[in-house]
Amino acid sequence: MEVRPGDDRPQLPPPSIWPVGFAVGIVCLLVGLVVSWWVAAAGALLALIFGFFWIREVSTGRPQVSGPPAGEPATDGAPPIPAHEGEAAMPEPEPGERFPRSRFLEGATLGIGALIGAVVTLPAVAAAIVPGFLRQKAHKVDLGPISDFPENQWKIVTFIRDPSQGEISRRTAFIRNNGPLNGVPDFTVISNRCAHVGCPVQPGGPVFQQQEKTVTTKNGKVLITPVLPAAGFICPCHGGSYDQEGNRIAGPPVRGLDRYDFAVVNGRLVLGNLYSVAKVDGAGKTAKIHKVELHGPGQHVDGPESWLYPVQPPH
Amino acid sequence: MATTTKQSRSQSLAKTATYPLDWLEERSGLIGGVRYFLFRKVPGDTGWWHTLGSATLTAFLVQLITGVILAMYYKPDVNSAHESVQHITNDVWAGWLVRGMHRWGASVFIILMFMHMGRVFLFGAYKYPRELNWIVGVLILATALFEGLTGYLLPFDQTAYWATVVAININGTAPFVGPYLASILRGGAEIGPDTLARFYSIHMLLVPGALIGLIGLHLYLVVRLGVTSPPWSKDAADREPEPEPVAPRSGLVQPAPRAAGVRRRPSE
Repeated sequence: MEVRPGDDRPQLPPPSIWPVGFAVGIVCLLVGLVVSWWVAAAGALLALIFGFFWIREVSTGRPQVSGPPAGEPATDGAPPIPAHEGEAAMPEPEPGERFPRSRFLEGATLGIGALIGAVVTLPAVAAAIVPGFLRQKAHKVDLGPISDFPENQWKIVTFIRDPSQGEISRRTAFIRNNGPLNGVPDFTVISNRCAHVGCPVQPGGPVFQQQEKTVTTKNGKVLITPVLPAAGFICPCHGGSYDQEGNRIAGPPVRGLDRYDFAVVNGRLVLGNLYSVAKVDGAGKTAKIHKVELHGPGQHVDGPESWLYPVQPPH
Repeated sequence: MATTTKQSRSQSLAKTATYPLDWLEERSGLIGGVRYFLFRKVPGDTGWWHTLGSATLTAFLVQLITGVILAMYYKPDVNSAHESVQHITNDVWAGWLVRGMHRWGASVFIILMFMHMGRVFLFGAYKYPRELNWIVGVLILATALFEGLTGYLLPFDQTAYWATVVAININGTAPFVGPYLASILRGGAEIGPDTLARFYSIHMLLVPGALIGLIGLHLYLVVRLGVTSPPWSKDAADREPEPEPVAPRSGLVQPAPRAAGVRRRPSE
């Protein structure tokens, strides 16, 4: 910036016709685009000509008209009073006055601003976080007639747990019919979610893929495949291994495999919710299952380490 | 006579050319600000090692631009996310290139950040008065790693899905808060349709916004505190030592006197 004489007072542009004509030309151009090409051409011409003269006037340094000098009071001839003389513009607060007006206004501005900010922000943030704390709806999964589950045979069963979510909710369970217990068929239903970090465990034995059977229930397609998990279940991610009851026998998992609640309704096998298992004593229908609330993978459910996870979110 | 006319003609021409800049400068001070940022003084013995920070910033800008373009074609829905990524890779014109830039650029960004961090550490550039900038840099690193985590789910293939399952479950093993942390990340008890959309939103809106803010703060501190000489610098050895920080009076925030050579305005 060059320093010009008179820069200490506001500079007002002199009256000029060029910007006005330029604006009229632009309006004509835009209206003409809709109405008629001739109006548009005339507007463009007008804008070009007036724009050229406007730029020329600005760039050649037109005479600046000085406005009234800044900061000079309207009194005629009387010299301004220096700042340190005379009475203060704003009087000192009275001795007993504890909340001067400016202090009140400052507090009010900050307080109301914070209130508005909280009212706007908190519901939005809550909408992002709260879904993780809401009770989930119970799932009931119909797996079809129990005749598809012969006694003492393992099946890999994949099913859609929540039809409203579609394929993304497809889960896998290893199911064995243990035979009747007190007159009711009893099942071992083990989730394939590894208790280490949640990879899908695989059966340690042959899978009879060509004997896969598809049963259509109200939960969609249920795939049932015979399997012989002679070596239990093994996780491909980090080598966690489990026996046929889901007890951990080797590797990094901190507990056994989770299980599903089940019921036999009208001769059909229906899965309920998941629960975690501390350990299983015995096997088959006489197994004693130490059942606990569903925990995430990697979370201890017994021993002192379980104190690290005292409360579980709803699931 | 003729020469003066010619001179005044060229002067007025130059004035016409710079008029818009003058206009902007008089009303905003932006031109001076940009000049101050670009032409600030740095020690004479800075070298290639000092370019790693700018390189990281460039990698971040590449991620921003390619990410915006990918978002024009990507569909954050569990049934179409994977197909839309295949569509970007195979059908969209130069989509393979933009996706590749974003996918590999992510690693470049993280690697450059660690190299930049190593340079700052080995040069001792984190010491007084730049400790705060180290802390901001660590926050940028954590935020960028979170950006990598959320972006990894988006191709929605087997790798993406199971890597995210494992990552969320590892978060879930944190003491006390872990189970809730995992629930918040999933947006529910199980990974479902909301999880993908949630990760997409975090990846393209929330975390980039935080990163831009943190990078702005990082750059502000770089400009304010200046650039350090390398530890082997002879210039710095000859320079008078930086004065000890003045202990502030208790209960008052008092600006410390500016250390010599730390920051100098162009006008000084």
